[in-house]
Parts: sequence; structure tokens; C-alpha cells
Amino acid sequence: MRESLGCGHVLGHDAQPEGDAWMQTDQPIIRIRNLDKYYDAFQALKNINLDVHQGERIVICGPSGSGKSTLIRCINRLEEHSAGQVFVDGVELSDETRDIRAVRQEVGMVFQQFNLFPHLTVLENLTIGPIRVRKMSRPDAEAKARLYLDRVHIPEQADKYPAQLSGGQQQRVAIARSLCMEPRVMLFDEPTSALDPEMINEVLDVMVELAESGMTMICVTHEMGFARKVADRMVFMEKGEIIEVAPPAQFFTNPASARCRMFLDQILEH
Amino acid sequence: MAAATVDISPPRPQRRLTLRKLFASRSLSVALYALVLWLIVRTALTGAEAMGYDWQWYRIPGYLFSLTDDGFQLGEIGYGLLASLGLSGLSFLIAILLGLLVALLRLSGLVVGGAVALIFLEVVRNIPLLVLLYLFYYVLGPIFGLGRYGASILCLGVFHAALVSEIFRAGINSVARGQWEAASSIGMTRAQAYRHIILPQSVRFMLPPLTGELVNTVKSSAIVSVVGVAELTTVGRNIISETYLSFEIWFTVAAIYLVVTVCISAFASFLESRYAVSN
Ligand SMILES: Nc1ncnc2c1ncn2[C@@H]1O[C@H](COP(=O)(O)OP(=O)(O)O)[C@@H](O)[C@H]1O
Ligand SMILES: [Mg+2]
Repeated sequence: MRESLGCGHVLGHDAQPEGDAWMQTDQPIIRIRNLDKYYDAFQALKNINLDVHQGERIVICGPSGSGKSTLIRCINRLEEHSAGQVFVDGVELSDETRDIRAVRQEVGMVFQQFNLFPHLTVLENLTIGPIRVRKMSRPDAEAKARLYLDRVHIPEQADKYPAQLSGGQQQRVAIARSLCMEPRVMLFDEPTSALDPEMINEVLDVMVELAESGMTMICVTHEMGFARKVADRMVFMEKGEIIEVAPPAQFFTNPASARCRMFLDQILEH
Repeated sequence: MAAATVDISPPRPQRRLTLRKLFASRSLSVALYALVLWLIVRTALTGAEAMGYDWQWYRIPGYLFSLTDDGFQLGEIGYGLLASLGLSGLSFLIAILLGLLVALLRLSGLVVGGAVALIFLEVVRNIPLLVLLYLFYYVLGPIFGLGRYGASILCLGVFHAALVSEIFRAGINSVARGQWEAASSIGMTRAQAYRHIILPQSVRFMLPPLTGELVNTVKSSAIVSVVGVAELTTVGRNIISETYLSFEIWFTVAAIYLVVTVCISAFASFLESRYAVSN
């Protein structure tokens, strides 16, 4: 499965056999245990438990303010959790985690607002991580960058600056930037919410292709067509809690909780 | 009817806008500037004439530079200018390095670092530059074995570091939070994020105020003449004490400061426009 991801997934993983052995033991790549997150007195996450296995595609949905962003930001420690445990690839994230950066290299993140580096060209956006963080040579990094630009269908934009691209193109560059780090998991935080409607599909298409290539993905999105197509499991959150986890077939036709049904009725109406 | 009422109101704000634009326009500011300067010079000249001042402008060029058989040679004022530029340049370099350090300390989130930076800022900002100079020259100088030149450069550097650090801090803070998050999420260290992502973007915000601060440094460097460092202002004073050409020399010295600072500003706007294009 990992071969189909394209080039160089061995990068930074000298211990690939170990990775396979680990698949056999079926240790989840992301393990979240009894996670709480407080912002001062406000509890944004309440006792979250979730395991994500290699190759799985999880779609998280729920009303605005329900803690979806907070949850996935805890996975690469852009937010520090208040209680409970988060493991990435067996490494627990905490203040003592010596190399949080090593973990972050394994976990790609795509933001709602793209967050491209505006002072760098598209190609430089893609190569800066591999060159500075992975210590790759510039020619190798550029070759890899062009490969991933190709995969997100904008090979011709390499020398432009982000501001010269449409929103959909920018988000695809952001996806390529993450992929250039050869992560084992990709997190998406409402990647299409900031886009004009006519650009949503070009981004979703790229995400579907990525899912089909076997990438482990956790996507916060309200694009239910996409969710139906790729999700292995749907997660519904409300008020900081996971209310329901179910395969899409069951989730969309017969959700267990009334709140989830209400939410689906609301967003599927449109 | 409706069209008529619509027609009546808009012109007013529009005219005010063009007036404001006119006043903001470069050519008008230059013209006003020249007019005011001319009025001042004229008043001074007539006043001087009334005093019976003996103008000897012909003696001034020799103090700037001379062209002899040996070729081009700088005069006393010329060397004074070089000294002032060197002094300001070194001081500003210190101000930049120290200012960056103080800004990073304040932004570091470290309690001790933040406190140290804050105390530094409050102390420096609340002491007059002249007193700070006396402190450096008469107190710190003997203690640390600083000469008048060293004490002056350090004093100016420290004084301007306070403002420079605020410029850095504002510039760094004006870069969107998402840039930090994107840099972290690809595994960059804090230092890498600063160097490759944050600082390059904040330069755009920092360049104009930094230029202003460089101009201020050049101007405030004149103060070190009180402890006898040989620079433009000191040279001017020395020449006057020998020749009594006070009007000519002070006009000349002032004009030189003016030319230098205007050149710095022009260079900065050139840099800015280049940066804007490449972005
Ligand atoms: N930095 C923060 N400080 C305080 N409260 C926050 C912060 N970030 C998020 N919250 C709160 O936490 C809750 C969950 O936010 P978020 O995870 O962004 O929700 P979602 O992504 O599902 O819309 C919201 O009520 C939000 O106001
Ligand atoms: Mg969100």
C-alpha cells in the first residue's frame, strides 16, 4: 500500500520494516485517550477517545464550535491538551516529548486559510520543509516538489507567488507542501470552507486521489459527498464530545443519536 | 427627482478627498518645503546683513574637500562627515542586534527574559539621551575602560535599541499567526521559523520605521560632540572657534545632515518599492 504513495516514503523512516511489523501488531498510528482540553475555564474537548489505524480515512463533522479544530490541532500539538493522552506512532505527546518536531514531520496539516508562505514562490513553499527540516539537497527537494505539484495538477505554477493563484490552486499547493514532507498521516481542517464554490471540487478531487493512494487521513469537513466517497468512519462531534462514530453507510442512513440526525438534516438540506 | 437628490450630496467629500490628496502629493510637499526653507534663509540673510555680518562663503569649500595637484582631498568637515557616518553606522548596527535580541526576549514567553527586556526598555526610554551619554562616558567608561568613542557608540546603540526593538516586535507580531502554525506543522524549529518565514515577511512592515530610526541615529549622533568625539558637529564647532565663521559653518553642517538623511530616506523608498515588486 505504501508503495502506491509514490516516491520516497522511506525518507526519514530507516526503520520501514519496523513500520510493517507495527502494522501487524495493529497498533493505531493515532491513539487518543480520555483527552480533555480547557481554554481557561472553558472545556473545549471532553473525554475524547479515538484510534486511527494506518490507511484509515476519518471524516469529522459537527456544528461550529464543537471542538473539531481543537481536536485535530491536538494531534500535532499546535494545541496542548489539558488531560489524557495522545500518541502518534506510539510516541506520546507531552511537554517532555523531546522531539515534537519529529512527530510533526510525520503529521501533515492543511489549514482552512491555506497558510502558504506569501514571500516564497510555490516551488520554494514546497522545498523549504524538505531542505531545512529534512536536510534534503536542493535538487532532490525540487524534484520532489515538482512531482507533488504534478499530483495536485498544477505543475505549471511552480514559479508563481501564492497571491497570484486562485484559492483552489493555493489550497492544492498547501496540500502538496504537506506531502513533500512525506507524512504518514494528513490532517485537514475544513480545507474547502474558505473557497469559492466553483473551486471546491478541484481540491476535493485531489483529496480523493490522496485517499485512494492509501494515505491515512483525518478530515474535518462538511462536504458529505466527499465523506461518503472516502470515509472509513464518520465522527460526529458536539460541544466538545464525540457523540457518534460510524461507517458512512450507517452514519448517513441511520445515525444512532438524534442530535447527529438533526445536524445531518440541516447540512444535507442545502 | 431621485436622481437630482443623489447628485447633490456626493461632490463635497470627493472635493475634500482630492484636496487631501493634493496635500499628500510629493510635488506639493517639496514645493512647500522649499518655500519655507527659502523664507527662513531670506530672513536669516537680511537679519545677518542688518547685524553687519561679514559673509565669507568662499572659505567653506576648502573645509569640505580640495582638488590639488595631489588629487582629491577631504577637508576637515569632510572627515567629520565620514566620522559621523561611521559612528552612526556602528551605533545603528548595535541598535539592530541589541533591538532584535530584546524583541525576541520579549516575545520568547520566558518570564525572566520578558522581565529583563521590559526593564531595559523602561530604563533606556526614561533617561534623556544626554544624561545617558554622561552615564556611559563618565561612569561606565572608566569602569569598563571605554574610550570616548566606544562609550559614545555604545550609548547611541543602546538608546536606539529600545525603539528598534519595538519596531521589531511590532513587525514580528504583524505576521499572521497561521504562518507560525504552518512553519511548526512542517517541523520547523522556532529559530528556523523566525529566520525563513517570520522575519522575511516582517521586513516589509519594519523597513519604513527602521529607516526613520536610522535617520534619528544620524541626527542624535551629533550629541557626542559634548564629550569631544571628533565628528561633524565637533569639527564644525572647532572650525568656528578658530575662524568665527559661525553662520556659514552651521548652515553647512545642517545642510550636510539634511542631505545625508534625505539620501537614506530615498534609498529606503527605493528598497521598499523593489520589495513590493518582488512580492
Ligand atoms: N484559543 C482559544 N481560546 C479560547 N477558546 C477557544 C480557542 N480556540 C477555540 N476556542 C473555543 O473552543 C471551542 C471549539 O473551537 P473549535 O475547535 O475551533 O471548533 P470547531 O473547529 O468545531 O468550529 C469554541 O467554543 C471556541 O470558541
Ligand atoms: Mg474549526
